[in-house]
Amino acid sequence: MAGYLKPIPVPDKVSKTFWQGCQRHELLLQKCRDCGRFQFYPRSLCINCMSQSLEWVRSSGKGTVHTFTVTHQNVMPGFSQEVPYVFAIVELTEGVRLTTNIMGCAPAEVYIGMPVTVVFEPISPEISLPKFRPSPSAL
Amino acid sequence: MSFITKKAAIVGIHEYELRRAPGVTTQQIQMECAKGALEDAGLKKDDVDAYFTAALSPVEALVTAEYLGIRPTYIDSTCIGGPSFIAHVGHAAIAIAAGVCKVALITYGSTALSEMISIGTGGPRPAMGGPNSFELPYGQTVVGCYALAAQRHAYEFSSTDAQRAEISVATRKWASLNPHAMFRQPLTIDQVLNSKMISSPLRFLECCVISDGGGAVVVTSSERARNLRQRPVYILGWGEAMSHGTVMSQMSDFTHTVASVSGDKAFMMAGVKPEDIDVAQIYDSFTITVMLNLEGLGFCPRGESGHFVSAQRTAPGGDFPMNTDGGGLSSNHPGMRGIFLITEAVRQLRGECGARQVPNTKLALAHGTGGMLSSTATLILSNE
Repeated sequence: MAGYLKPIPVPDKVSKTFWQGCQRHELLLQKCRDCGRFQFYPRSLCINCMSQSLEWVRSSGKGTVHTFTVTHQNVMPGFSQEVPYVFAIVELTEGVRLTTNIMGCAPAEVYIGMPVTVVFEPISPEISLPKFRPSPSAL
Repeated sequence: MSFITKKAAIVGIHEYELRRAPGVTTQQIQMECAKGALEDAGLKKDDVDAYFTAALSPVEALVTAEYLGIRPTYIDSTCIGGPSFIAHVGHAAIAIAAGVCKVALITYGSTALSEMISIGTGGPRPAMGGPNSFELPYGQTVVGCYALAAQRHAYEFSSTDAQRAEISVATRKWASLNPHAMFRQPLTIDQVLNSKMISSPLRFLECCVISDGGGAVVVTSSERARNLRQRPVYILGWGEAMSHGTVMSQMSDFTHTVASVSGDKAFMMAGVKPEDIDVAQIYDSFTITVMLNLEGLGFCPRGESGHFVSAQRTAPGGDFPMNTDGGGLSSNHPGMRGIFLITEAVRQLRGECGARQVPNTKLALAHGTGGMLSSTATLILSNE
């Protein structure tokens, strides 16, 4: 973790529960008790009905690649040394989407619709980043 | 039709000629452009009572108005990315139609190239915290965001790399007719397909240039416009819309942008249809930007933009003249290109384009896309 150059998430009053979950390797989503909708990223109210009554629910951590790109050029420190890497949108079984990276396979093996499972990458004492790897059935 | 339709007109324009301007500041670029546009209109600095600009700094309007030596009583620094200046023309038209201002000056200046800002591939780095915590740790780049859409478009509609390359090649042909364009050498489909991969499937020659530059536009009432120096270019319709900010997981549909929303609003206000447009200036930050805009604006059905741009349809002599100055892909792109879509549309409507003039142009469209396919603004202009 020492010398980690990429941007590190900054937890706030709402999102700290999410990041604490990541530390325990749990992917937590907000679910509205009034309208039943899941949402990501975490917010202070439901973006569907503006209800204050949100609960944290542990996600299955499973989903599929909705779309992706293999990044070959990024001048930012931390990323410039890591190209090519896969920048992707994953749709979870709960219906919400996350921006993420696909790890654990060659970039050329990633495809739209690929089944993936969450993994957690520790990047600082407080933060583990949720990323995704191919599910065993994917390759 | 609405209370805004044809109540205001663009009467002065100026585009900064240089594509590289080392040692020049953004305020200096804007001052030169403001003088050029006011002289073009036959108006004086002291006629200006409304001022519009957009930049990354939220107080840019104050900084630049001070530099210009103007004291506007109507000030708008709306920034929605690339199409900001198209939104400004709409806002100016409303304000003029409502009688709250008389002469609106819109300016833009950027030294992205001289400052070596890698706009598309990682710089400048935004602040962390808030929603960015769910995006930036994963290596977002501007090119990468548009590539997410290109990948999905190819998956859903079987659009091809060669179809996207048609846009780069056709736009370069227009640039060869513009003496100020940054790149004017002919380009082939193969050259585009063999250029460096930046963020798959988007390659180097599918990405806009990075330049310095700027421009200015002057808007006043249609009544006053008829007694000024230039043939008035009337504002018939305008629309603006957004779908998300900069967190890509929040883009609900990667192959459908709010071009459909701002476009519908603009066409309805103008009382015209896509097939009525004689010349189109459509934001081309990347090839995929153009394709999604063509579909969203209704120039072709959803999913068919790849076929639409094939066989050099958008090139000089083709039946859909588009980005006739050479666009962002070949002429200039200092970061927020919307103002050049307006200036080229106005030049075409005035018949000032020389070798690249589209004959019998009566109706022009200028349409911008900003952020990460996040926002759009559409303007429909006429010379009669």
